Amino acid sequence: MHDKQVRRRRAVLALLVCVSLILLTAYFGESPSSPLHNVQRGIVEVLSPVQQGASTVLSPVRDVAGWFSDTLNAKTQRDRLRKQVDSLTKQVDLYRQQATLTRQLEQQIKLDNSNSIDTYEPVAADVIGRDPTLWYQTITIDKGSDDGVRFNDPVTGYGALVGKVTTVDPTVSVVTLITDHTFAVAAEVLDSSGDTGILVPAVGNPNQLLLQDLPGHAPIQPGQQVVTSGFKDGSLSSLYPAGIPIGQVANFNTNELLSNQQVPVSPQADLRHLSVVQVLTRLSNNTARAQVGP
Amino acid sequence: MKAHIKLIWRLVALALVTVVVQESAVSQISIFGISADLTPLVVMSVGLLAGSMPGAIMGFGTGLLVDTVLVQTLGVTSLLYIAIGYWAGRLRELRDPAHGLVPLAAGAAATAFAGLGMTLIQFLLGVDSPVSLLLVQQIFITVLVNTLLALPVYAIVRKVVQPALPDDPRRRRRRAYTTGGLSPLQQPSQRLGQMTRGS
Repeated sequence: MHDKQVRRRRAVLALLVCVSLILLTAYFGESPSSPLHNVQRGIVEVLSPVQQGASTVLSPVRDVAGWFSDTLNAKTQRDRLRKQVDSLTKQVDLYRQQATLTRQLEQQIKLDNSNSIDTYEPVAADVIGRDPTLWYQTITIDKGSDDGVRFNDPVTGYGALVGKVTTVDPTVSVVTLITDHTFAVAAEVLDSSGDTGILVPAVGNPNQLLLQDLPGHAPIQPGQQVVTSGFKDGSLSSLYPAGIPIGQVANFNTNELLSNQQVPVSPQADLRHLSVVQVLTRLSNNTARAQVGP
Repeated sequence: MKAHIKLIWRLVALALVTVVVQESAVSQISIFGISADLTPLVVMSVGLLAGSMPGAIMGFGTGLLVDTVLVQTLGVTSLLYIAIGYWAGRLRELRDPAHGLVPLAAGAAATAFAGLGMTLIQFLLGVDSPVSLLLVQQIFITVLVNTLLALPVYAIVRKVVQPALPDDPRRRRRRAYTTGGLSPLQQPSQRLGQMTRGS
């Protein structure tokens, strides 16, 4: 009797492990349009009303917890923001002047602006779910293909890039955040020479990104703004329009830039407290889109 | 048979509610920069209460649900949670720990296993981005936060699962010892005295 129980227990354990390994292997090698992915999306679609309901019902709990967290950090935030306001006020006047000049020059040389941020239609969405693991940095939002959201659309929050849409269903979408280990974006530092590089996350540190592949002698200083660089070449354009703010260059050692050609970047958006985001949907879809890989 | 079906329904409902609450609320609350993860705690609690086989099955089901709802690589979380549920169940079957703080230690071990296991699997699957050493710190803080939550989570799971569990002879015997009713170390006269006082 005891042996039978032991055998049965071991058989069930072996079966469960085998099924998990088969699923893992099958899923990992499949394309996003494969049957397993489709089943997964179907289940997400079915569960999305439950998630939306639960998110609404449980929002007071989140708000109370958020209130405690915000109160604890309020003083530090206030001091930091005061310094930021001082420096940004000076910059705004300068940029306004430059923007006017740029517009005039663009009109004179008939510059192609079809990949600028103005050609995107923002769709506001509520965050209804979030991944708890440290490895997968994703959020679920309550807008989907019915609202014009499409695969790979850029997503912004707090006025900065926070990620891109990686799964779309009619009423719900999954957004991969810029701190996910699969994310990468071409970015530009607004320094005197406009140095560009590839922005990737530092896995395990949600408050930092790394701008890699920079010139070793780039005149980069801490505090400089980092934005998406964007590109357009004929019918091929980047996923992200140029000029979406991402963050600021954090304090770094010059040797790090010289030897590793990289600088740390602090994301502008508070990715841990996203409750509302904007999906930048394209009005027209005549161009192919591409992006850099990590 | 009826008791088993009742237990299965309760476990299915528990897994569903846990994953929905985790994703919709708990994950969005940041404590020391991280979010608590209730799912390994629930799987561990089921293992401790119901044994290795229900624990492993609950681990598989919950893991699969987590992977599906969060659109992750299927099978990764279930693989880790099978081990957590089975291990917690074997702990109960082999040692039958009675101390009230056992869920605390088991919760810490389960969370640490889930965090480190996920890291290992991700490295095996291939990581394209640089990995910060702060990841270890993040896992450690998650273990601390989850340890604090282990006892209340265990109490809730026990409330849900215990009424559907078949009566375990060992537990029944222990209950009898602790209440002093059936201990063979007691003299018949003492036992009789207790019964008289009780009545």
